[in-house]
Order: sequence, then structure tokens, then C-alpha cells
Amino acid sequence: MIEVKNINKSFGSNQVLFDLSAKFETGKVNMIIGQSGQGKSVLAKCVVGLHEPDSGSILYDERNFTQLEGDARREIRKEIGMLFQGSALFDSMTVEENIMFPLSMLTKMTKKEMLDRANFCLDKVNLSGKNKLLPAECSGGMQKRIGIARAIAMKPKYLFCDEPNSGLDPKTSIVIDNLIREITYEFGITTVVITHDMNSVIEIGDNIIFIHQGQNWWNGDKNSIITTENKEINDFVYASEFMKDIKSLLKSKMKTLRP
Amino acid sequence: MMLHIVFSRPEKWKIFRKRLLNEIEVIGVKSLPIVALLSLFMGAVIALQTAANMTSPILPEYTIGYITRSSTILEFSPTILSLILAGKIGSNIASEIGTMRVTEQIDALETMGINSLTYLVLPKIIGAVLFFPIMIIFSIGLSIVGGWLALISSGLSNTETYVFGLRSFFVLGDIGYALIKSVVFAFVIVSVSSFYGYYTKGGALDVGRSSTQAVVISSVVILICNFFLTQMILL
Repeated sequence: MIEVKNINKSFGSNQVLFDLSAKFETGKVNMIIGQSGQGKSVLAKCVVGLHEPDSGSILYDERNFTQLEGDARREIRKEIGMLFQGSALFDSMTVEENIMFPLSMLTKMTKKEMLDRANFCLDKVNLSGKNKLLPAECSGGMQKRIGIARAIAMKPKYLFCDEPNSGLDPKTSIVIDNLIREITYEFGITTVVITHDMNSVIEIGDNIIFIHQGQNWWNGDKNSIITTENKEINDFVYASEFMKDIKSLLKSKMKTLRP
Repeated sequence: MMLHIVFSRPEKWKIFRKRLLNEIEVIGVKSLPIVALLSLFMGAVIALQTAANMTSPILPEYTIGYITRSSTILEFSPTILSLILAGKIGSNIASEIGTMRVTEQIDALETMGINSLTYLVLPKIIGAVLFFPIMIIFSIGLSIVGGWLALISSGLSNTETYVFGLRSFFVLGDIGYALIKSVVFAFVIVSVSSFYGYYTKGGALDVGRSSTQAVVISSVVILICNFFLTQMILL
């Protein structure tokens, strides 16, 4: 479990996070949602250590990440896998080399073991046989899947996905969502997904955190997000008339299902 | 602060060696054609200009060889060539690292627990510092050959006189001075360019801006270092 306790973060005079606390549970897909500019990405970057919070603490299974430095911090980072918004694949390396990269840098595995692991990860994301392609030769959806394969190569305990569906068509988005859920449940990892995609939230969100004005405004699961009366979250999730109709349909469906 | 992190122990020596060889190829070996071309022509021009300006009858003809050698060793090969290479190598390094920054590849390295500064910058610094002296010696040799070719083909001097001039008043320390300068300038070019690349913020436009700044600042720092090194070593 990852616990964020009373995080504050400013950039100059602009405070982005205000005394924010949150819990990301193990074996679940934890979703961070919110409008642009509300602090979702800053929160995620603070949690993985790319930004230093001004105050507060971040606990990885009770290990205080914010108090660690150098090698001790790097040890926790080795347990983190991250899928970036633009995939962040190394463009001079092939697909296989990208996946083997963390293994070659951080483990003592032999070349054969690394190759086996890379093939296993590629198989997990349904990209078997694409080993020798360069990232530039892959589509956006493939790049995301390669990013996931690289993120899980080190058998991470924590997986972060920054807008995994951005720029993808709805069908490919569903493939990526299912992949994230499958990996989370199969390996029992703590997954944190930052997204705008409400379809993903309803589809795979086990624990949803709504960030508004740099604060943890609302917490719940995919069922409670449909029924909540919280004004800010309703304004965000059901922004269009179409989504408002969907909400009333879903609500009536849930009423009929309840005994 | 940045250099303190750059000079940390690499995660894997095997990968560091591989990257070092790759950087020597990119920074050094691939610069050899342009270095060769520039050196040949600059040597030729120095020799021709010296010959053309030798109007006084009390100046011996071998002065052409002497001046060509001295200006090549003392200034042209280590300083002017470094300024030119600051443009080629500096912009390359700043745009490579800058692109990695804006496409989150550096963030990816950091979240993996890899020291991105050591991984990216250290092999470049070591590679340049090791290869620049070789490149400068190569340049000195070719400049002298360029001067000889120009003089012979134009009939302004002959081989014996030119070689006599090259060997006259030769001070071995001048070579040491040139090598020291080349090492310092190599370090300046790579560290300044890496700094501007690493701290790029924004998008493609900002990568271009970092690249330009890297070249300008490296060139200015080279000129300042050249002044102080000359004062310290030659005077």
C-alpha cells in the first residue's frame, strides 16, 4: 500500500497541492481523476520521487520514501514501474532492448534470462514477435503496450500509469485498460492510474480519488461515483448532456438490481 | 551539484564501457572528417598568408614553416577547432539530452532507479576528454601537411626550407600546452551542453533554444578559459 500524508507542493508562489492525503491499496486499480491543472500529475510525480514535496510524507508499505536519500530511495524506485503519457520509450533501442534495459542496468540476470523475461512481458501485452521493431515503427497503442511491458519487466510492486489512454481510440483504450487490470490482479501489485477517461474509471477503477483544487476532494469506487451527489465530481464526470443521460440510466439500472 | 552527481559510480561498468565506446565514436570518430577538412585548409591558408606577407628581405624563408607550426599548435588546432566542435558536438549533445527530457525518457530512467546524469553524461565527458587530445594531434599533423601542400603547389617555398622551419625553435612544452587546452575545452563543451540539455523545459522549441544556448555559452567559456590557460601556462 502507498500512503500519501498531508502533502503540500508549490512551484514558486503557485501552490498546487494542499495538505493532500490519500491511500493507494494493494491489488487494486487506484484511479486519480480530476480536471486539468488540479494537481494530478504533480501528485503522481511527488509519489514516484520526480518532484520533492514541500512537506508531508509518502509511505511505501510503511517505508517513508520522503525521508530516504540516495541508494535507499533508489531501492524503492526499483520496485516501481511507470508507464508515461508519451510512453517514454528509448528511441535508439529496439522493443526488446527497451524491455531488457532495466534488467540489464539493475539486475545480475544473464542475457538469456533477460531475453526470456522480455519475451514473457511481450507475451503479456500481446506483442510476441515484435522484439526487433524500433519504437518509431510502432503505433501509439503498441507503444503504450511496450511501455507496460517495460514497466512490469522488473516485477514491480507498484505500477504507475500516467494517462494510459491519451491519444488512443476507444477500442485500443479498452485493451490497455483490461491489460492494466489483468496485470494488477494477477501479480497483486498496487496500481495507480492518472486519467481523464471516464470510461476507464467506470471500467476498471477499484478505488477512485478525485483531485480538485489540489485536494483530495472525493474518494470512492466505480459504483459510488455513479450515485454520488458531490457537485464538483458530477460537474467533472457528467459534463455533457449525453453523460447526464447515461447517469440517470445507470442509476435506474442500479435501483432495479438492488433487492 | 550536477557534476557531483555525474561523477558518481556507474550502476554497471559493463554498460558504462559500452556507452563510453559509443560516445567516443559519436563525439570523436565521427568528427574526424570535418576536423581533417578544416585542418588541411587552415594549415594551407596560414602558410599561404605567411608567405604572402613575407615582404622583408631580412626574414628567412623558413619562417613560413615556423609560423605555420606555431600557430597551429598554439592556437588553431586546440582553440579554433574546439570552437567549431562546440557547434557540432555541443548542439548534438544538448538536443539529444533535451529531447530525452521533454519526451520523459529521463524521468523514465529516474523512476527505474537509474542515476540519469551518470548514465547519460559521464560517458560523454570521459569520451570527449580521452578523444579530444587525439583529435588535436591529428589536426596539428594535417594542418602542417596542408601548409606544405599549399606551398609546394604554389611554388612559394620548397620542402627542405619548410621542414627546416617546422623544426626551428621547437619547444616540446607547446604540445603539452595544446593537449591541456584540448582536455579543458572537451570538458567545457560536454558539460555545458549536457547542462543545457538536461535542464530543458517545455517542447521542441525549447530543445532548439537549449541547443543554441549550449553552443553560445560553450564558445564563450572556451574563449575565457583560453585566456586564463595561456596566462597560466605560457607566461
